[in-house]
Amino acid sequence: MTIQELKLFSAQIRLETAKMLLKRGFGHLGGSFSIVETLSVLYGAVMTIDPQNPSWDQRDRFVLSKGHAGPALYSTLALKGYFPLEWLSTLNDNGTNLPSHPDRLRTPGVDATTGSLGQGISLAVGMAKAFQIDHRPNRVFAIVGDGELNEGQVWEAFQFAAHNRLSNLLIFIDENHKQLDGLTKDIMNPFDVRAKMEAFGFRALRIKGNDEALILQTVTDCLASGQASCIVLDTVKGQGVPYFEQLADNHHIRFANESEAALKAAIETLSAQVAGKDAR
Amino acid sequence: MITRTSVQNPKELRVVYQETMSALMSELPQVVALDADLVGASGTAKLFRAYADRCINAGISEANMMGMAAGMSLTGKVPFIHTFAPFATRRIFDQLYMAGVYQQANVKIYGSDPGFWALHNGGTHTSMEDIALTRSLPNLTVLAPSDATQFAWCLRKAALTPGCFYIRAGRKAFQDLYDPTSSFELGQAITVDPGHDLVIFAIGEMVSESLKVRDALALEGITAQVVDCFSLKPFDVNGVLAAIQGKRLVVTAENHTKFGGLGSAVAEVMAENALGIPLVRIAVNDRFGEVGTPDYLQKVLGLDAESMLKAIKAKL
Ligand SMILES: Cc1ncc(C[n+]2csc(CCOP(=O)(O)OP(=O)(O)O)c2C)c(N)n1
Ligand SMILES: [Mg+2]
Repeated sequence: MTIQELKLFSAQIRLETAKMLLKRGFGHLGGSFSIVETLSVLYGAVMTIDPQNPSWDQRDRFVLSKGHAGPALYSTLALKGYFPLEWLSTLNDNGTNLPSHPDRLRTPGVDATTGSLGQGISLAVGMAKAFQIDHRPNRVFAIVGDGELNEGQVWEAFQFAAHNRLSNLLIFIDENHKQLDGLTKDIMNPFDVRAKMEAFGFRALRIKGNDEALILQTVTDCLASGQASCIVLDTVKGQGVPYFEQLADNHHIRFANESEAALKAAIETLSAQVAGKDAR
Repeated sequence: MITRTSVQNPKELRVVYQETMSALMSELPQVVALDADLVGASGTAKLFRAYADRCINAGISEANMMGMAAGMSLTGKVPFIHTFAPFATRRIFDQLYMAGVYQQANVKIYGSDPGFWALHNGGTHTSMEDIALTRSLPNLTVLAPSDATQFAWCLRKAALTPGCFYIRAGRKAFQDLYDPTSSFELGQAITVDPGHDLVIFAIGEMVSESLKVRDALALEGITAQVVDCFSLKPFDVNGVLAAIQGKRLVVTAENHTKFGGLGSAVAEVMAENALGIPLVRIAVNDRFGEVGTPDYLQKVLGLDAESMLKAIKAKL
């Protein structure tokens, strides 16, 4: 995909995510929106995948360690053709294949089941180590939340990844500055996350997390570096929709009145954006 | 004294937690409260503001929270910690063991949203095994209250009794069962309703569900004694034996796996006393949870009154 196409893909992912959350009436909007551009770049331009063959042995793997952002991943997977777009409206329905948190046994394209924070990154590190042992070319991409960094297990996984020079692993930290109860700096000051990762032995970079071109360039550089790498994404929780970016309590939203209207307005804006670009 | 209530005005259990903790913190200066980035979710934001110096948001680090709470208790504090039941038990089991019960620390754990109460958080957040895990540990009192009054009593009892406690309860409201003036005893099961033909031992929200079953059976002239076994450890062995006396069927009901929970506890008592009476265990049958509404989940897990009735009638 070209950068223009990636931008369109981002708009589509955000649109489908907004639609599924509106249908459900509640959900993890903030952390879903902040990773949209990264998912767009990974699935649109970076990962070696075959949506028609989700269990293809040669595929790259993706682990959403901050599993509650499942809706954004589901939108991405559906748009890539892993399963019908219609499934998206079943988010969290009784008996659904799309539960809040990604479940590899239920959803085509989901490589690891996550939801208990801190655990996904260990799964990703294990996958990368296995590929390294077998000299396989598969790469592993993982997104960790900045609140999730509170979990000690995350740092255990980081130590192992850097020590083992897992250059086939690319870790993203979604630094949207908020967790469930508020600002990360008020709950557990993360200080300089990039510097911490560097001190842990990673090639660590910090970039704006809403710029497809920059994300793509940085990912390409990291993958070529031959080092265990980490990209700290400077993002905004609720990214891409001003109302939700500014909403203080935007982790898990029950849509009503003002927030419901804002979500509907966002859907209209995004729909127009997607239609306009499609037409061109 | 335990009195049944006749009015239904159920409070969300997270509100009960907030109110009871607020009272306890004003009465007992040693009480501190910890949470792991679920302050908003557990409805304790007000408490955390009112007692800012004694309330700690430990961040998303449940194992560390358990360890720190144990450390605080070794200096004389009485820490209450809260997170979802799966994180409060299986995620931090070694900390609960080593930092907690093994060295006789003094930590009170509220594990919320047990069993199907994980609702839309789904299978990853569902704990069907927290009782099995906690019941296996020495020096741990394990309680599964059935209504708001009993939950408040459990919290207060925990604050006033040395040793670690695990209290499992939802965040949403359970049906009211007891008058707010009721007082309970650790290790004492409560006969909620008398009956002659069978006995249903239940915990948590399943006590109210069992009362529905009782009413349905009564229409057919079958009377069921319903017993609230909220104190899983210590367990009321004598009370259970007494309730079984003269019954032709024993039923247990719990929002938990059938392995290691209330059903197992009752089965152990029956086997050890050579009671050859049929036992029906209403419990989650060796499967995981999933996302869904309470009604749906209760049904697919076989924990609704209708499923209970069917299972019971098959054995009567
Ligand atoms: C082990 C564990 N503890 C608690 C939770 C509940 N929880 C879900 S999301 C969340 C906050 C996550 O914050 P962050 O990682 O910053 O995610 P984001 O801001 O990207 O949404 C919490 C506490 C959980 N899912 N897993
Ligand atoms: Mg965050």
